[in-house]
Amino acid sequence: MAEQKTVTFIITRQDSPDSTPYDETFNVPYRKNMNVISGLMEIRKNPVNAKGEKSTPVAWDMNCLEEVCGACSMVINGVPRQSCAALVDELEQPIRLEPMSTFPVVRDLVIDRERMFDALKQVKAWIPIDGSYDLGPGPRMPEKKRQWAYELSKCMTCGVCLEACPNVNDKSNFIGPAPISQARLFNAHPTGEMNASERLEGLMEEGGLVGCGNAQNCVQVCPKGIPLTTSIAAMNRAATIQSFKNFFGSDNAH
Amino acid sequence: MAENREFFYRRLHSLLGVVPIGLFLINHLVVNHFAVYGEESFNKAASFMHNLPFVLALEIFVIYLPLLFHAILGVYIVFTAKNNVKRYNFVRNWLFFLQRFTGIVTLVFIAWHVFETRVQVALGADLDYGLMEGILTSPVMFWFYVIGVLSAVFHFANGLWGFLVSWGFAQSPRSQKIVTYATLLIFLVVSYIGIRTLIAFAYGV
Ligand code: HEM
Ligand code: SF4
Ligand code: FES
Repeated sequence: MAEQKTVTFIITRQDSPDSTPYDETFNVPYRKNMNVISGLMEIRKNPVNAKGEKSTPVAWDMNCLEEVCGACSMVINGVPRQSCAALVDELEQPIRLEPMSTFPVVRDLVIDRERMFDALKQVKAWIPIDGSYDLGPGPRMPEKKRQWAYELSKCMTCGVCLEACPNVNDKSNFIGPAPISQARLFNAHPTGEMNASERLEGLMEEGGLVGCGNAQNCVQVCPKGIPLTTSIAAMNRAATIQSFKNFFGSDNAH
Repeated sequence: MAENREFFYRRLHSLLGVVPIGLFLINHLVVNHFAVYGEESFNKAASFMHNLPFVLALEIFVIYLPLLFHAILGVYIVFTAKNNVKRYNFVRNWLFFLQRFTGIVTLVFIAWHVFETRVQVALGADLDYGLMEGILTSPVMFWFYVIGVLSAVFHFANGLWGFLVSWGFAQSPRSQKIVTYATLLIFLVVSYIGIRTLIAFAYGV
């Protein structure tokens, strides 16, 4: 009888937010077309490590399982990416799984991306349309622009670009590339444009645009291929103009 | 401005790197290039610069204060980065790292260089060809100066790229690429001007 093929995972685990991380190795039975998450599910079914000791199931985060929610990001063989889209057949073994180091660990591979949502609040990455009466339909968006904006709208707040950025770390307050690109997306929208300067103000606050040092790793690693460095430079330009208006004053409403 | 202090200081840091510090660097290396045309040309040029009207005020406002601001904030910026070129082995990431590395090397070099030249002149040494010849005929100092000049010029050229991106001049990937090549050319040309001068002092050719 053919020997049962196995997949080896070396996982950086951490029992609680403040406890010390440690490595644990697991061998799980191989199946065709497995992804990293199905491997983690095998461990959950039978949490026995490679030494044959009974362990605890490894905790991880997930939602959509089709690379659109961003919840399952982790560092796989040194590369931050979505574990649902990481196929075991395409990975070198043993497969090393670590939580993304830029974010606080909740448990094992589960991290807390709250800082990204706070950053989206800082740059007001939404379109305010609530009012006390019906404002009617907004201006229309040219189809060409809609297609362009769609690319920026693919961001799933997965955190991979923050993980790769040398300026996002515990010594700096830089919000990272993703929220900057989101501010650009909403500033390009015909209705969102009406509050453009408020988003620029957010980008000019502490931890905003100037935290970027142009290492440009973000654009290389973004799983959605978002032109992050172009967005950052575009917002740099807009913020330059906004700061001149703020300083010298401007006759144009802003 | 009051509420966007960080933004203001970082943009000022960026601007000062080009105007006046970058312009001074180019001027400094070009004027020193007179050494290549002989001792007399250099002495004439150096004494012209040294005897400019208001020279102390010019030095303070065009060089010392901007450089001090840029260097102090620069060191802070260096230590807030967590370099990761091993894991993310991309050209731009390397240049990001080198921008910080050459910043520190340049700082050490400038401190040494100012002490050895400007401070000595203030203490009574003669500012002439012989001063630099005396320093640069030592092979150790020659190579120290080569490293210092290359690192300052790299820092300026790559910094110019950063300046153009930080202020939003170069936005699209293509324009950023063109600026990369343009600043590479600036690095090569200005490096040649600087190194050629060092050779003139060290070997008299
Ligand atoms: C010869 C003297 C110097 C020149 C001509 C110079 C020039 C420049 C220029 C043009 C920039 C680009 C600004 C930008 O990114 O927008 C820059 C950035 C930088 N400089 Fe300097 N600089 C000099 C000395 C120093 C020193 C002594 C330090 C201290 C370590 C330093 C640290 C930095 C850092 C860390 C950056 C990157 C800033 C960022 O990416 O946000 N520089 N420099
Ligand atoms: S910009 Fe890309 S890498 Fe960054 S959070 Fe959005 S999808 Fe993830
Ligand atoms: S589970 Fe949604 S991106 Fe992986």
